[in-house]
Amino acid sequence: MTIEEIQELIRSSTQVVAVGGKTKPALSQAVDTATPIDMTALTGIVEYEPDEYTITAKAGTRLKTLADAVAANQQYLPFDPLFVQDGATIGGTVAANTGGSGRFRYGGLRDFILGIYFVDGSGNLVRGGGKVVKNASGFDLPKFMVGSLGRYGILTEVTLKVFPKPAEYRTLEITFGSLEDALNGTFALANQPFEMDALDFRRVQRDGRETTMWIRLGGLHESLPGRIGRLTRWLKEHTESQSIQELTFEQTFWDGINQTEWAHGAQNLVKIPVAPRQLQALDRCDSITRAHYYAAGNGALVTADDLERLSETLTGLNLNGLVLRGESDQAILGKKGWIGLANRVKTALDPHHKFLAI
Amino acid sequence: MTHPETFYQQLQEICPGRRTLTRHVDLLPYESDALVAFSTKPAAVVLPETEEEVVAIVKVCHAAGVPFVARGSGTSLSGGSMPIKDGVVIALNRLNKILAVDPQQRTAIVQPGVINLKISTAVKQYGLYYAPDPSSQSICTIGGNIAFNSGGAHCLKYGMTSNHILALKVVLPDGEIVEFGSESTEGMGVGPDLIGLFVGSEGLFGIALKITVRLLPIPEQYKTVLAAYDTLEKAGDAVSAVVASGLLPGAMEIMDKMALKAAEAAVKTGYPAGAEALLIVELEGEKEQVEREFAELVNVIEGTGAYAVEVARDEAHRGKIWKGRKGAFSSVGRLSPDYIVQDGVVPRSQLGKALAEIEAASKRYGLGVANVFHAGDGNLHPLIMYDGRIEGQLEQAEKLAGEILATCIKLGGTLTGEHGIGVEKRDYMPLLFGETDLDVMDNIRNQIDTKGIANPGKKLPTGEAPALKMHGMHPLEKAGIISRE
Repeated sequence: MTIEEIQELIRSSTQVVAVGGKTKPALSQAVDTATPIDMTALTGIVEYEPDEYTITAKAGTRLKTLADAVAANQQYLPFDPLFVQDGATIGGTVAANTGGSGRFRYGGLRDFILGIYFVDGSGNLVRGGGKVVKNASGFDLPKFMVGSLGRYGILTEVTLKVFPKPAEYRTLEITFGSLEDALNGTFALANQPFEMDALDFRRVQRDGRETTMWIRLGGLHESLPGRIGRLTRWLKEHTESQSIQELTFEQTFWDGINQTEWAHGAQNLVKIPVAPRQLQALDRCDSITRAHYYAAGNGALVTADDLERLSETLTGLNLNGLVLRGESDQAILGKKGWIGLANRVKTALDPHHKFLAI
Repeated sequence: MTHPETFYQQLQEICPGRRTLTRHVDLLPYESDALVAFSTKPAAVVLPETEEEVVAIVKVCHAAGVPFVARGSGTSLSGGSMPIKDGVVIALNRLNKILAVDPQQRTAIVQPGVINLKISTAVKQYGLYYAPDPSSQSICTIGGNIAFNSGGAHCLKYGMTSNHILALKVVLPDGEIVEFGSESTEGMGVGPDLIGLFVGSEGLFGIALKITVRLLPIPEQYKTVLAAYDTLEKAGDAVSAVVASGLLPGAMEIMDKMALKAAEAAVKTGYPAGAEALLIVELEGEKEQVEREFAELVNVIEGTGAYAVEVARDEAHRGKIWKGRKGAFSSVGRLSPDYIVQDGVVPRSQLGKALAEIEAASKRYGLGVANVFHAGDGNLHPLIMYDGRIEGQLEQAEKLAGEILATCIKLGGTLTGEHGIGVEKRDYMPLLFGETDLDVMDNIRNQIDTKGIANPGKKLPTGEAPALKMHGMHPLEKAGIISRE
């Protein structure tokens, strides 16, 4: 699939839907009215400048290819995209805004996207942003496209900022008697100087109270033992932690989190950005079957048995959820108070409704 | 063009008494912002005190088809907050409350007229701070920072304003109120990133009424090193060496000889004498990590041919190092009656080439250029010195500025890193973006602002931007309160 072919398909079809690695099938599933556009053939790293901290790739490039390329230069993608091993593409990752646990340290996709090319609903190839790490020229369309679900244009190329990778990581596993205790632990940590690369937690059993937390520190080999020791002492003294131990195979553990192994392949998987203050209210929602919280409780990935009921709960809490996996009429659950403004942009970029409604 | 009397009456009803200004003498201070080469006379200045008043003013303007611009402290360097001719200036300085601080979630909710630095001051007691630090942070407002996606010295690691905004309540140009984002660090998190779209839109999409910002814990330790070089090239190479070492400094700044001269004269920096270029690198973070990284950094710096290397001894010494850097631009006022500052960005590896071309152009035009730049992210701030009293020099300076911008784009960079396009650089937009790209931006703007009344003539190279030229430093700049970087 070339860019010209994508442009032609958009012009000649009634409606199109971009399909990448199918790791978030709810967002690319076949719709009767829409012609699928296979993005996985539009692939390849266009430019990688380690000294500039920038990498540019075609939208269909697999994350694994990107991650391997930057790792060869001791760099990494700090927004920690999900489903790397499962074959997710960079275009799909931007469109769905699926950053992982590592976003805790430096931010999510929106904080690392610099430039894009996309084809709009009229078949025009449009550029936004640039290839330098700092840019205030033009409207920030690269950021707008983060989370846009292919409903405003089809991304063909993405430029990202990358960072030097910490030389080494260590991870602590901490147990708490309840979710509330764990949450209070994160609140206590909020103004502490510990520079954590990830802070995730979840209840061990959905019907139990016990909660496990994982904190990841990255840095120089020589400084890590001291930092881990200090953090451990602090956690013992200032939180209701019941046990603290270091994980032996910590990379394997985080790879598992990246693939949402904890979800055990459940049919419905939903991403829910949530403020820590609302986390317990969300956790009480009885249509949720499992929940994993990341970024110190600023985000949740949940499995649910009933998406409609989950959507009602989210509406009540004034939250939105994104269905990554599962059958749902709506990709976005909850009340979209912002849709009016988003639709104005939609009219500008997709006047003929070539892309699905959001 | 004058507006019907009823229009002014409506403004008066919303902002009674001295909160609606229409007399020539009252409008004068609002005629230009920190881009003092341009000025325009507005029809009125209104000083609302509540969100509701701002919305009411926007609705009145929309109904009458009168253009408006929101203004904070007027520190825009690109003419972004310059009035529209016969339009309304909505001065937001009285919406200056910090509405809520949640130290445990690390968020604060503020009004647009809150001064940048005041957020950090207010949350210091909780061990937190607000990261974006434009050099005018002691006076510029968050509303303006949002409009222009302001940066500062710590962007490479922490990003710009946009990266620290979690939620916005805005009034669109037709008076509709929209809220988006959340108190989660994900911000929008789901759906197109409207925060990303709004921040940096230079007032073309309306006015931010309520802003939720992300706060960060104050780093446990800062370690700052300063290195003096006998050529600018060596300083540039040192930046590459630091990057190649795998360290991620919070700030990497370079000043050239001319900028050093100005800074020394103004604030007695105590920097090593006789340098052609000075590099400042700062690391921050957890003590144990930073100390080890810093040892490595000093090691790298010592291998870059610096003839003097100084490590900040304590917080006071660090403050002094930064004072020279942050005050460098206003100091240039001592060397030249007028100057224009540019804000182009180049890939870091092209810094040397860009500086050489700037120097050649400076000689060709016979106008001095001082350079201070955020080397870590390739953001140049060439400062073109001229004398506005000499016929034609401003025009020459503007031409030179244009050449510098063209050079940045040729080298793979961009027009502006943090100052915005405003009126100043809008005519250069076609150098950077194609016709289709600009049409798309125009279409988006037309959908959000159907009457084209929100800060028209800025950012996009379409429509009228009537401007009257003058010269001279802004009074606040002369007093050293604001600076152009």
